[in-house]
Amino acid sequence: MSLTANKEAWGFESFMEQNLEKELLRFTTAGSVDDGKSTLIGRLLHDSKSVFEDQLAAVKNSRINRSSGAVDFSLLTDGLRAEREQGITIDVAYRYFETSRRKFIIADTPGHEQYTRNMATGASTADLAVILIDATKGVLAQTRRHTYIASLLGIPNVLVAINKMDLVEYREDVFLRLQQDFQALAKQLAVPHVVTIPISALMGDNVVTPSERMSWYRGPTFLEHLENVPLGVETMSDAVRFPVQYVIRPDASFRGFAGQVASGVIRPGDAVVSLPSGQKSRVRSVVTFDADVPEAFPPMSVTLTLEDEIDLSRGDMLVSPGHPPRVSRHFEGMVVWFNSEPSKPGRSYLLKHTSRTVRAKAVKIRYRVNVSTLVQEPVNSLQMNDIAYVEFETVSPLFFDPYTQNRITGSFILIDPISNATLGAGMIREDLSDQTVVQDATPKPVTAAERYKRHGHYPALILVEGNPALASRLERALFDDHFEVLHVSDQDVPQHLFESTLRLTQSMGLVAVYSCGALAPETKERLNALVGNRFFDLSTLQLPADEPGTVQKVLSLLHPLRAVADHEDQDKIN
Amino acid sequence: MANISKEIVNSAVDAGLHERPGFIAARTLNYLRTLEAESIHILREAAAEFARPVMLYSIGKDSSVMLRLAQKAFYPGKIPFPLLHIDTSYKFPEMAEFRDRYTREIGAELIVHKNQEALDQGANPFVLGTQKCCSLLKTKSLLDALAEGGFTAAFGGARRDEEKSRAKERIYSFRDPFGQWDPKNQRPELWNIFNSRINKNESIRVFPLSNWTEADIWFYIHLEKIPIVPLYFAKEHDVVIRDGSIVVVYDNSVILKGEKKQRMVCRMRSLGCVSCTGAIQSEADTVPKIIEEMISFRRSERENRVIDHDEEGSMEIKKREGYF
Repeated sequence: MSLTANKEAWGFESFMEQNLEKELLRFTTAGSVDDGKSTLIGRLLHDSKSVFEDQLAAVKNSRINRSSGAVDFSLLTDGLRAEREQGITIDVAYRYFETSRRKFIIADTPGHEQYTRNMATGASTADLAVILIDATKGVLAQTRRHTYIASLLGIPNVLVAINKMDLVEYREDVFLRLQQDFQALAKQLAVPHVVTIPISALMGDNVVTPSERMSWYRGPTFLEHLENVPLGVETMSDAVRFPVQYVIRPDASFRGFAGQVASGVIRPGDAVVSLPSGQKSRVRSVVTFDADVPEAFPPMSVTLTLEDEIDLSRGDMLVSPGHPPRVSRHFEGMVVWFNSEPSKPGRSYLLKHTSRTVRAKAVKIRYRVNVSTLVQEPVNSLQMNDIAYVEFETVSPLFFDPYTQNRITGSFILIDPISNATLGAGMIREDLSDQTVVQDATPKPVTAAERYKRHGHYPALILVEGNPALASRLERALFDDHFEVLHVSDQDVPQHLFESTLRLTQSMGLVAVYSCGALAPETKERLNALVGNRFFDLSTLQLPADEPGTVQKVLSLLHPLRAVADHEDQDKIN
Repeated sequence: MANISKEIVNSAVDAGLHERPGFIAARTLNYLRTLEAESIHILREAAAEFARPVMLYSIGKDSSVMLRLAQKAFYPGKIPFPLLHIDTSYKFPEMAEFRDRYTREIGAELIVHKNQEALDQGANPFVLGTQKCCSLLKTKSLLDALAEGGFTAAFGGARRDEEKSRAKERIYSFRDPFGQWDPKNQRPELWNIFNSRINKNESIRVFPLSNWTEADIWFYIHLEKIPIVPLYFAKEHDVVIRDGSIVVVYDNSVILKGEKKQRMVCRMRSLGCVSCTGAIQSEADTVPKIIEEMISFRRSERENRVIDHDEEGSMEIKKREGYF
């Protein structure tokens, strides 16, 4: 018996090393009664071989089977007795599974009772939101609600699963129509990265394995997308935010400030400012149980020692002097109200923001968002599940960033000082005061990645030789499909300018359709070098004989532009 | 520290992205260090905000990981709260031995609590049945110990992947003055902001390992070389087969009519009371072998715990009453 690895046994150490390279992806699933969400998750867990045999056996022996299939997959996820008896899901449930590439945490949220509260809870830490659409019902008010909450909580990726394709004979036109409907919604809500996948959770089509019954669909399966969707950005802010959680003082010789890095990189020698005192010091060491480390970055939990004895305790924040946060007692934010008691004007709350809890007052409710219609409505108080834009004033200042820049320093919860209930959660938008310490003076150049985020797709170049009518048709179809597209004709652009014009369209992040007479092979090569794998030369593609067919084909070829965002591509467009 | 720097996946730096003002190449932590950082955040947050926290220490593998995380969270200081072990007196003898030695070694304060009144009246699973026995020697004993100590928060090593009702529990699990959990009325829990406000006699159970899976626990034990009770490793034991479970017997163990003692190489997958925790037949005598076994078998670890299978939803019922 020993704790050390028996190395010759099965190459354990290399297995271990590989396993440690896995990334963690958190996603949330929202759905309503009967849209098959539980079935989808059950299927995912089952097909990815994560369902333990004995748990499965327990389900097979269960007295209740609500589904028409042999095994009711939804029973794998409905954990509480009341849920199994009523056939509903009551609370956010967390599930875990892994593949050889990633580890997954699912926050499975019920779509009916308390949906806003539950979804917001699950969405707050998610990297991706799964939105389920029943193919027989289409985009509903609830789809709108779920998508809105996903965008409100800042989830960077949305995966739309068009479920129950088996009930619509696996028809492509149904899928394309629903996909288009959703794209329109995503555009309206400025949801950046959307991928749509046709599935049947019940039959297992495109969940883990590609569906033979939907051979017209060429994109990734549900699980493939989860395994491959790019998680991080390749750069992060260097602005240090280190909320102090706990002061460690084992004896007179050591005084360390424990916390989790919220942004930036902290190294020994770095200058830091303590808020609210404004005192300056330098980092002496970054201490961990294992050893001092050369740098700390999110989401590491470390302990910092400083060169000087400065005033610093729990609730304070260490920041970089060059990029301080806003410091203010006034700000606005979007608030989600959880409590069954409506808010009362003028009441004071406890507001917890990072490790700091302060008294706060909602000064004014600007408007409430009707999550079904997305219309702004005037209100005087907040009801349960309301989402509203609210002005706050606090007794002492907070140190914050807008939520869109930092999910940790931009978020807070509201607590009832008497009942202690968590009443609501907020995402900070603006600072209303003029006390802002220092604004970041250097404007940042707009990057290709930002353009990608705004347009919702990468740039591309489509070459149409000798058929201007087809080029116009393509422009229209792509435009209607929410691509930023421009038809450039050799009739409008002088010969010696067309390459620089096309280069310009690519820099702007557009899909350019270039119609012209026949081009020389070496010219084509130069164009190809300009845009790489996003160059679509129609003369080299296998296309249907008719024009509508050709347009459909090109559309399907361009859809992946909305999803692909691997690092190599990022480099190229940068 | 060699471990951490090696595990940092620093892809963006390697990709040689040019720096823009205000931005730097992104760094990422691997999933295990991410879980570790989150758990440390939870431990520190609760230790800072609760007047009188305590850590439930069950001596099992999850408790061992939680204890290591607590050491890390407050290093170079000592763990700023006591450990509490609820001793039913029917635990494996190796457990108490390990508990006393290890907590002394790391300098932690240990409280051991028994429901002596029930034990004096002869409470045992054979007479009372497992449900009643558990309720008296574990749940009641725990609630009494928490009340006696005036503890406002108790850390537990439960994980959401263990059992279906656990999957729905918050990291901060609010308990009423009777220690009970109301699954339909939990506080919303967003980001990493926890509401630790409670009124008199209310308390919070804090679960820093909520997002860890059984596999994560074993990988971490291996990576961190965390000592665990030897019963987890395969060894030849005296056993009897009881209701299909392999029950390890000691010299003073009760052997029921019709049961025959035999020798078997086996190990424990989770640790509870001797009579209610079955062993599994296994040759795994190292952590890597245990991990290999876990991956190839993929059976749920609480399968061998009689108490979870008394009836459908039995863990949920226990939790509502105040069980962990």
